[in-house]
Amino acid sequence: MKAEELLKVLYDETLVGNAPRVLELTNEGLASGLSPEELLFDSLIPSLEEVGARFERGDFFVPEMLIAGKAMSGALEILRPLLAETGVEPVGTFVMGTVKGDVHDIGKNLVNIMLEGAGFQVIDLGVQVAPEKFVAAIEEHRPDIVGFSAFLTTTMPMFKANMNALEKAGLRGQVIVMVGGAPVTQEYADAVGADGYASDASAAVARAKELLSHRRAAQPA
Amino acid sequence: MHTVLRSASKEVVIGGDQPFCIIGERINPTGRKIFQEQLRRGDLSRVEIDISEQVAGGAMALDVNMGAPLADEAELMVRAVELAQSRTDLPLCIDSSVVEALEAGLSAYEGKALVNSVTAEDERLDAVLPLVRRHGAAVIMLPNDEEEIPEAPRRRLELVGRLVAAAERYGIGLEDVVIDPLAMPIGADTSLVDKTLETIHLVKERFGLNMTLGASNVSFGMPDRHAIGSAFLPMAMTLGLTSAIMDARSADLVQAVKAADLLLDHDPWGANWIAAHRARTAATP
Repeated sequence: MKAEELLKVLYDETLVGNAPRVLELTNEGLASGLSPEELLFDSLIPSLEEVGARFERGDFFVPEMLIAGKAMSGALEILRPLLAETGVEPVGTFVMGTVKGDVHDIGKNLVNIMLEGAGFQVIDLGVQVAPEKFVAAIEEHRPDIVGFSAFLTTTMPMFKANMNALEKAGLRGQVIVMVGGAPVTQEYADAVGADGYASDASAAVARAKELLSHRRAAQPA
Repeated sequence: MHTVLRSASKEVVIGGDQPFCIIGERINPTGRKIFQEQLRRGDLSRVEIDISEQVAGGAMALDVNMGAPLADEAELMVRAVELAQSRTDLPLCIDSSVVEALEAGLSAYEGKALVNSVTAEDERLDAVLPLVRRHGAAVIMLPNDEEEIPEAPRRRLELVGRLVAAAERYGIGLEDVVIDPLAMPIGADTSLVDKTLETIHLVKERFGLNMTLGASNVSFGMPDRHAIGSAFLPMAMTLGLTSAIMDARSADLVQAVKAADLLLDHDPWGANWIAAHRARTAATP
């Protein structure tokens, strides 16, 4: 297969979430001399962006988004170490967790899969994550973004408690804060002082990328 | 096992030998931006519309949830309960994760309400069950604890055991306990709904309790949601589900439930089924 054709087939197979074929094609591409960056930026990421666009339009449904994200993650496991060798940074690092008092994780896990699919390195702290645990994880991993998830109107106020903990630890300026979950709204996100909100997994990825590029434009490396 | 709910003038019985109890779900602002803005302004006109649509669709009780972010949920709950009582004689299900809102709703309610809900977390049980007892209400109980929402049906059954023990400790009769076997979105993982069905089976075998669940959860993220719900509810009913919080505006869903009632011998001589057909025929010229 020619390079151009391989990138096209890889794009198509990622779009339909054919994980075994995506792995094969990734290996095949590398063996034939394509660079990890080419595979990632000229095929895999555009494919996942198309998945997101179709989901937003209502042409794709949650399971399709999930299998595409998982297929992409499989390819990334091969590509990530190679990208690191050549000095290519991950798209961004994301620390994620469901807030203290809340054990709901289905929505958060969907967002994680889509973030990973988009090339983010995701550190998932699980459920019932206390403010001090978020603080410790931010200190350890130095993520670009931290995400707080809540499913209940009673646990949403933990967003504010988490924000206060970040302020107190002197970390607020260093990390973008995103919030989400069934009862959460843009107004609520604004009220607690979060930087971003999204209503579903696909929108969360788009918003994360947008916030990150703003941040990077404002603070050139 | 009969769970009796009452408004000021009407009684509804949930039970395995009763027609399936349809609890109308829409009086809830979650995910509805305009509705939330209205509630923050104190405008309850949407609540009135939702009430009348659920009643018209065949709801037998109404779930009332006023969980709009940045609004006074307890105050809104009082107003919504009062409004619902003035518009319909159906019993209400007072739905909040905020204890103060549950308390306010129960205080405003005349009759025997269903409280939605309490989990198997000690702190929640200790806060909610005394309220249930004091107001003589029934309560929906969820088998998830501080650690997790367990997937394994056996683990959920263990937690139902803890819930039952807690209800007994607070002097709440088992007829007033309605278990929620936890309906999960099939789109996120196609093994999840089978686990809910297995939980329903186990809870019925072991405890014989009434059960309800949020039927819309099952089809979240999928196309043709009502068709999925219409298949799911009769399956769950066969295994022992006796009620659901569901969208009574969907004629497909309601008819699926009524057909299952007929087929499971909860509609003697098919009288309800035939009467519903006749009413529909009369309504269409």
